[in-house]
Amino acid sequence: MIEIRWHGRGGQGAKTAAMLLADVAFFTGKYVQAFPEYGPERMGAPVTVYNRIDDKNIRVHSNIYQPDYSVVVDESLLEVVNVTAGLKKTGAVIVNTEKSKEEILPHLHGYEGELYTIDARKISMETLGKYFPNTPMLAAVVKVTKAVDEDTFLKEMEDSFRKKFATKPEVIEGNLKALKAALKEVQ
Amino acid sequence: MAKRERLSGNEAASIALRQINPDVFPAFPITPSTEIPEYFSKFVANGQVDTEFIPVESEHSSMSAALGAEAAGARALTATSSCGMALMWEELYVAASDRLPLMLALVNRALSGPININCDHSDSMGARDSGWIQLYAEDNQEVYDNFVMAYRIAEHKDVRLPIMVCQDGFITSHGVQNMELLEDEEVRNFVGEYQPEHYLLNPKEPMAVGPYAVSNYYMESKYGQVQAMKNAKQVAIDVMNEFAKISGRQYGLFEEYRLEDAEYAIVLIGSAAGTAKDAIDRLREEGRKVGLLKIRFFRPFPGEEIAKALSKVKVVGLMDRAESFSGNGGPLCAETMAALHRAGNTAKTVEYMYGLGGRDIKVEDFWHIFDELEEVANGKVVDGYSYIGLRK
Repeated sequence: MIEIRWHGRGGQGAKTAAMLLADVAFFTGKYVQAFPEYGPERMGAPVTVYNRIDDKNIRVHSNIYQPDYSVVVDESLLEVVNVTAGLKKTGAVIVNTEKSKEEILPHLHGYEGELYTIDARKISMETLGKYFPNTPMLAAVVKVTKAVDEDTFLKEMEDSFRKKFATKPEVIEGNLKALKAALKEVQ
Repeated sequence: MAKRERLSGNEAASIALRQINPDVFPAFPITPSTEIPEYFSKFVANGQVDTEFIPVESEHSSMSAALGAEAAGARALTATSSCGMALMWEELYVAASDRLPLMLALVNRALSGPININCDHSDSMGARDSGWIQLYAEDNQEVYDNFVMAYRIAEHKDVRLPIMVCQDGFITSHGVQNMELLEDEEVRNFVGEYQPEHYLLNPKEPMAVGPYAVSNYYMESKYGQVQAMKNAKQVAIDVMNEFAKISGRQYGLFEEYRLEDAEYAIVLIGSAAGTAKDAIDRLREEGRKVGLLKIRFFRPFPGEEIAKALSKVKVVGLMDRAESFSGNGGPLCAETMAALHRAGNTAKTVEYMYGLGGRDIKVEDFWHIFDELEEVANGKVVDGYSYIGLRK
C-alpha cells in the first residue's frame, strides 16, 4: 500500500489533485482512497488530504500518520506545519518551490529520506497563464511515487480533461502541457 | 452486471436515490449531507428522475414536507445532519407514530456545542427513541447497499415505519473509495413501485392522518409501533437475503468479524469497523483470539442475537461514538449491557467513548483496547469508562 499526505492551503486544489490521483489509480485497476481532513474551512487555511493506493481492498478509515510520501503544495506551510512528521525514511517529500534543495532542507526537521522539488508556479504560469499548482504537483507525485505508469497517467488525464473541460477546449492543451512539463522538471 | 466505481459516500447515496427514483424530495442543506440533495437536484434538472424536488427554508419544513408527501401516498425522503436533524425533532416522532415509511438520508455529524462539523453519532443516537428504524454503514459500498434496501424494509406491510439510513460524516460521505454499483434496472426491480394501502389522496377512502389521541388510544398507538419495530427484524433479514441474490453481498442485523472463537471482542457502529478489522487481523497473526461485532441496525435493536453472538466471549469492549452523560457509557453500551444481562451472559464489559466530533481512531488504538480487555480478564479493575485518544 502507498500512503500519501498532501499539505495545501484552502482553494489551491490539493483535494482535487488527490481525487484525480485516486481516479487515475482506480482506472489502472487499483483500490484507492482519497479523503480530506477538515478543520475550519476557509480560503488560505492549511488543509490536509490523504491518498491510499493498494492492490487489495482498503478497509482502514483513519488518517495517515506514517505516510510514504508527503506533498507540500504551498511552501509557506513549511514554516507552519511539520510536513515530515511520521514520514517514512524510505519515502520522500515533494515540495512546490523555486528554491534549491539546500534552501528547503533546513525546514524538514532532519528528515533523512529523499527530497524532490518542483516549481509548480513557473510551470503553471507558462502553460496555463494562471497559478493552479495542483496540476503540476499531481504529475510530480506520479513521477516520484510511481503509483501509476506515466503514459497511462497522461492518457487518463487527457480523457478526464476532455470530459471536464468539454466547453473550454483551450484549457485542455494547457493542462496537458503542465503535466508533461512537471514530469520532466521534478528533481 | 455490477459496475466497478470509485465514489464518495454522498455520491453513492445520490446514485442509489437516482436509481430508486423517489416521488418527493424536500431538502435544506447542512454540512456534511448537503451534497446528497445537491447531486440529486442535478439528476432532477437533467430529467434523469421524475422526483418533485422541493427546496424548503428549514429542516423543520423539509421533514414536514416529506412526511406530508408520504401521507399523501408518495415515496418521499429528505437528507440532513446534526443540528438539521435537531430541528426536525418534532416531526421525527410524528412520522414514526403516523407509520409513514419515509427515508432520512442522515450523514452523522456531532451536535453543537461546541459547534463542530465532523463525525460522531450524537445526532442519530439522540433520536434512537423516536421510533425510526436506524441503519448504519461501515464503508461506501454499505452506504449504497443500505439505500437500495431501505424502502423495502420500511414500506413492508408488517413494518410501515420511517427509516434513517446513516453514514459517517466526512469519513465515508466525503471519502472516495472503490465500490460496485448495480444496474439501474436491477435496483428499480428490487425496490419496486410504492403501493401504499392507506393514503390521503385516495378518494375512495377518506381518512385523517395524525389526529389527536386521547389517553384511551395513545398507549395502543405506541404498542403498535413496538410490534412494527419487532417485525422489522425479520423483514430486514428477508430483504437482506434477497439483496444478496442480486448483489452477492450478504448482510445481517450486525456483522461478526472473526468472532466465532474470539475470547475478546469489541462492539461498535460505523466506519471505525474497517480500522478495527485491520487491527484484528494483525493481532490474529500473533495468535490472539480477538473479534468484532459491528452493529448495522440499532433499531430494531438485535439484543438477543447480539447476546448469543457474544456468548463465548470472556471480555467485551463496548464502544460508543455518542455521549449520554449517564456515567455508564453511551447508548450502544447501555443497550448491549442490558441485552447481555437479560440473556444471562456474564461476560465482563469495558466501556469506551471514541471519535467524538471527528476525533480520529487508529489501528493502534484498537490494539491498546484489546490489550486492556485481556488485562481485565486477568483481574485488572477498570475504573469507569475511558475516552480513547483524549488529550490530557
